[in-house]
Amino acid sequence: MSLTRKACVAGVYEHPTRFAPDKSMFQIAAESIRGALHDCGLTIKDVDGLAMAGIGMSGMGILGFCDYMNLNPNYVDSTSIGGSSFVAHTAHAAAAIAAGLCEVCVVAFGSTIASYRGPTGAGGGGGDTCDQFEIPFGPTTVGSYAMVAQRHIHEYGTTPEQLAEVAVTMRLHASMNPVAKYRNPITVEDVLASRVISSPLHLLDCCIISDGGGALVITSAERARNLKKKPVYILGTGEAVRHAARGQRDFLDIAAAQSGKLAFERSGVKHADIDMAMIYDSFTITVVSTLENLGFCKPGEGGAFVSGGRLRFDGEFPINTDGGGLSSNHPMMRGMFLVIEATKQLRGECGPRQVKDCRIALVHGTGGSLGLRHSGATLILSNQ
Amino acid sequence: MADQKEKKYLKPLPVIDEETRPWWEALQRHELYVQKCRDCGDLRYHPRAQCTSCLSPRTEWVRCSGRGKVYTFTATYQNQGAGFREALPYIMAWVELDEGVKMLTNLVECRPEEAEIGMPVEVVYEDVTPQVTLAKFRPAR
Ligand SMILES: [Zn+2]
Repeated sequence: MSLTRKACVAGVYEHPTRFAPDKSMFQIAAESIRGALHDCGLTIKDVDGLAMAGIGMSGMGILGFCDYMNLNPNYVDSTSIGGSSFVAHTAHAAAAIAAGLCEVCVVAFGSTIASYRGPTGAGGGGGDTCDQFEIPFGPTTVGSYAMVAQRHIHEYGTTPEQLAEVAVTMRLHASMNPVAKYRNPITVEDVLASRVISSPLHLLDCCIISDGGGALVITSAERARNLKKKPVYILGTGEAVRHAARGQRDFLDIAAAQSGKLAFERSGVKHADIDMAMIYDSFTITVVSTLENLGFCKPGEGGAFVSGGRLRFDGEFPINTDGGGLSSNHPMMRGMFLVIEATKQLRGECGPRQVKDCRIALVHGTGGSLGLRHSGATLILSNQ
Repeated sequence: MADQKEKKYLKPLPVIDEETRPWWEALQRHELYVQKCRDCGDLRYHPRAQCTSCLSPRTEWVRCSGRGKVYTFTATYQNQGAGFREALPYIMAWVELDEGVKMLTNLVECRPEEAEIGMPVEVVYEDVTPQVTLAKFRPAR
């Protein structure tokens, strides 16, 4: 069964907060749901599916949210695979809708990780049997990505300047996004002069930490056609996992290679058809490696590919027009915002950062730790 | 003395289970092993009860030379975790053993600017508590 054009992103809402010490995660998620339903003209009574993941929401957290919202969904999905979770939820919701399991699925997220002020990304793992071979050595989230960056530099001659260009472009985009957390322009020199967090990654190679949240309303193509906003069709999806592979992994082969291939095959779309992309930018290396693994350039050519302004909203291959996790927001998980910004671009709602003639967008979420184990989820979306 | 050492060690300790205990016990004897499937010959690190290639539970323990080379590494300058914040900067690395599998570890006796991918390294055993010994690596001598 092909999923193509069976389901749509009908409503989206990005919570404008970047710091909300006075709110709970559930409150931010609930306010986001209100915003997304309002966006498409549906009500909470229409919702019969719920997908959710969050920090401190692993396991049975979704039951608490159903209680909080007094929801009795016919379909629930609490898939928790890191920051890519909401991209995967969107794909699962589309499949559930196509299969008749529900009609209107809300994907929701709320986080107060920045106002919590605890140490984040300090490793520690989920307590599974693999952790005992990692936690004694001090793995951090940055360190895990840094080990992939180090290998990329070694194998391909990628330069720290090329990695820095990603951060510079994301900041340019953030300067055009009124709700982005950091909006002052930066240069390649600024990135290289910022302190090293985990070699070779500098502070400005790393995503920011913010509070935040958002929601998506996914429904059938049929139902979406009669709603307030222009439907954004889900053409193809894919998901994948990469890990240490019993000690035999090539660390430059990441989950995006598998999930991207599936999404392209299932959608029938070619790389040249993609007008803009939302690529999870937890770190600058995440973008370079993801673009290679998705097949937008050959392995080793990612550094050159991101250079020369190609990624700018007005460049040859615009990505992360909202400013990304490097500059706009990163409440520890940002797959949600990838789908929101791609949807807004396809609806032509992005004002000064709008990509011209934007018809087909690719979304790729990465979750977990690139140099230990991680997930990838890809969506291809279209406004036609 | 043993008690004192245990109190001083702040970093997280492995939670050892019955499946992996022989491997940790070997480290206490300052011996490093990887596993090999007796049915299909696949090598694996870290240890586990069945082969992931053919699901055979028939396992052979292969004693390692303790030598290998750095596959990739990072020098960490920021980690507020107990034990690590006191040790900054420290080097985390994937080391590819001569036997052919990679393991996550720390490079020791090596300054960040000396670390290099491809650098030959050799195992050193750190008895961090009476129950736990860790396999770390230093530049080969
Ligand atoms: Zn086997």
